[in-house]
Amino acid sequence: MIAGISIYEILTVTSALFFIGVYGFITRKNLISILMSIELILNASVINFVVINKYLYPDMLQGVFFSIFIIAVAAAETALAVAIIINLYRQIASVEVKDTEIMKY
Amino acid sequence: MNFTYVILIPLIPFVVFLLLGIFYKKIKPAVSGYIGVAGLSTSALLSYYTAYKYFFVSGKIDGVYQTFVQKTTWMNFTDTLAIDMGILIDPISVMMLIVVSTISLMVHIYSRGYMKGDEGYTKFFAFLGLFSFSMFGLVLATNLFQIYIFWELVGVSSFLLIGYYYTKTSAVAASKKAFIVTRFADLGFLIGILIIGYYTGTYDFETLNNPEGNAILNWASTSFMGLSFITWALILIFMGGAGKSAMFPLHIWLPDAMEGPTPVSALIHAATMVVAGVYLVARLFPMYYFVEDGYALNIVAYVGAFSSLFAAIIAITQTDIKRVLAFSTMSQLGYMMLALGVSGYEGHEGLGYMASMFHLFTHAMFKALLFLGAGSVIHAVHSNYLKDMGGLRKYMPITNVTFLIAALAIAGFPFTSGFFSKDEILVAAFEHNKLIYIVGIFVAGLTAFYMFRLYFGIFWGKDTTYKHAPHESPLSMTIPLMFLAFLSLFAGFIPFSELVTADGIGLHGHMSFLTSLEAIHWDMAAIAITVGLIGIALAWVFYKKENDLSDKFANAFGPFYKWASNKFYFDEIYMFVTKKIIFKRIAWPIAKFDKKYVDGTMEGIGNKTVVVSEKIKGIQSGKLQDYAFAFIAGVVVLAMVFIYLWTN
Repeated sequence: MIAGISIYEILTVTSALFFIGVYGFITRKNLISILMSIELILNASVINFVVINKYLYPDMLQGVFFSIFIIAVAAAETALAVAIIINLYRQIASVEVKDTEIMKY
Repeated sequence: MNFTYVILIPLIPFVVFLLLGIFYKKIKPAVSGYIGVAGLSTSALLSYYTAYKYFFVSGKIDGVYQTFVQKTTWMNFTDTLAIDMGILIDPISVMMLIVVSTISLMVHIYSRGYMKGDEGYTKFFAFLGLFSFSMFGLVLATNLFQIYIFWELVGVSSFLLIGYYYTKTSAVAASKKAFIVTRFADLGFLIGILIIGYYTGTYDFETLNNPEGNAILNWASTSFMGLSFITWALILIFMGGAGKSAMFPLHIWLPDAMEGPTPVSALIHAATMVVAGVYLVARLFPMYYFVEDGYALNIVAYVGAFSSLFAAIIAITQTDIKRVLAFSTMSQLGYMMLALGVSGYEGHEGLGYMASMFHLFTHAMFKALLFLGAGSVIHAVHSNYLKDMGGLRKYMPITNVTFLIAALAIAGFPFTSGFFSKDEILVAAFEHNKLIYIVGIFVAGLTAFYMFRLYFGIFWGKDTTYKHAPHESPLSMTIPLMFLAFLSLFAGFIPFSELVTADGIGLHGHMSFLTSLEAIHWDMAAIAITVGLIGIALAWVFYKKENDLSDKFANAFGPFYKWASNKFYFDEIYMFVTKKIIFKRIAWPIAKFDKKYVDGTMEGIGNKTVVVSEKIKGIQSGKLQDYAFAFIAGVVVLAMVFIYLWTN
């Protein structure tokens, strides 16, 4: 419980964070930026886990643990994504999304 | 009684076929000839041993020749109906074994000389092996389906061998014609088999042919268009036999089949394969005789009589020596058919059956000899036409003498083999059907005439001058000629009436090599001999010395002569029916419908799919963010929908 701040306010923040991530994912031209947007989406959900755990079931810790799992998985996933992007860069000397459309039909 | 080893008789030629076929490129021609001859010799020796054992040692029980069957089930249709594979030993199959193996062996030996230097020498022997295998299999078949399988196999080998000179257009056309015509006839055969299987529940010859059996006793239980179903089946089966045996009106393929190498004509289109039709009727003889009081058998008799007359008339007018022999074969096959057709079943009544088989045997010998002799002449003169021949007796003494013997035998000259068998046939015909007897006598005269027209035309007649002096053929060709000439002279003394009869009981009760002589009906024989001699004498007058008598007679008959020499325009009629009527009026519209509507529908579906997919493939843009947008938009829309549903 954080004094003076209700769950609604925090959820509003995380929702904003989530949709900023979605917006970034759709509009950014750069693969790295897209990756960062994905991190924003993930972080929004992680905060949700923690907050909902804290406000609804204060004597339990599942939500907190879950968020730790998500952070670990996100780190691994980011490492993988960055590796792919580096390899892509070596192939086409670019990390722009428009340059990676060659796999269509 | 163990006849298991008989299975080796067909298998050895089959092994030869595989050996020569697989190692076609590697085997030297000289070796392949020896392999073929060695294989057939083994089969022939086994056949002779079988015949000896069957006829003289252990085939008889209480004076009746037994049928031995050894078989395994090959394919089950229902619980009761199965197709077997096996071997069947009875008088006619043993007799056919001898015929096939002897002629095939002689042709193998002969071919070593005749085909010398030919490019496909090994291939030729491989095909001969395949044919021998199929023919032995046909002869030994235990049931209708097995005989049908081998029936088609001999058809295939015949097709391969007629089209052996595959660079010649006419040979290719002839092989196709032979195959299609006989296949068409076999369609009837197959339907007949299926009807028999449906109504009697068995394909086995033994069960079908049992005179007290279900198939024969209950023929009247079904009927269709005024006849029993079994009779229809027998007529259809005879249609298959008529196709193979070149009976009118399915005879058109046989003259064209002469495009094949001459040894092939001797083996397949004179002695063995073409008698398969006669053999088939003989094989099912009790059924033909007993079902519906021999209705189908009467058809056999009349078709046979008509074919023999028809072919004999055409044979007189032909100028290609092989075609003369082809029509002569057809005529003699008609003779065998009519003999079967007038035959009864028991005792003396069964004379026709025995005569037919006897004639089959002797005919195989002298007709193979005639063909091989003609081959020897063609080998020397390099032409098939009578106009290129004449006076050859000076150059080819052995061929001359052997050909003369064969011609005498086929003309029924006293004490040659053909005399005995023809006499039996005529006696049988006289006792049962006077009309057929008269046709038979007339054909006997015609046979003697055209055969001696051929003989005098080749070996006497005008003294043709040859560019290359013809010379006698090599020993490998003349030895078979001499051997067959020996058989043509003396095969008549084999006591056939004791050995091969419809009911297995000998006709005269004692067996000696003079039985046939004692069995001759001299009053009947006198007529036949006279007619034969008249035929020979006429040919002597017309063709012995070069003169224009024959042309005058041809002119006197005018249109009829032209009609006959064009084979009564049967080829043209068939061409008209198939090309103008079937192809143009039936097949062509159907093909058009198929192209336009059936194919059109399927192609239309395919084309539309292509067009549509061209249009929508842009959706797969490859832009990750487009996909993400679509996905998220979809989620949002779904979320809206659910929220709307929940709140109401």
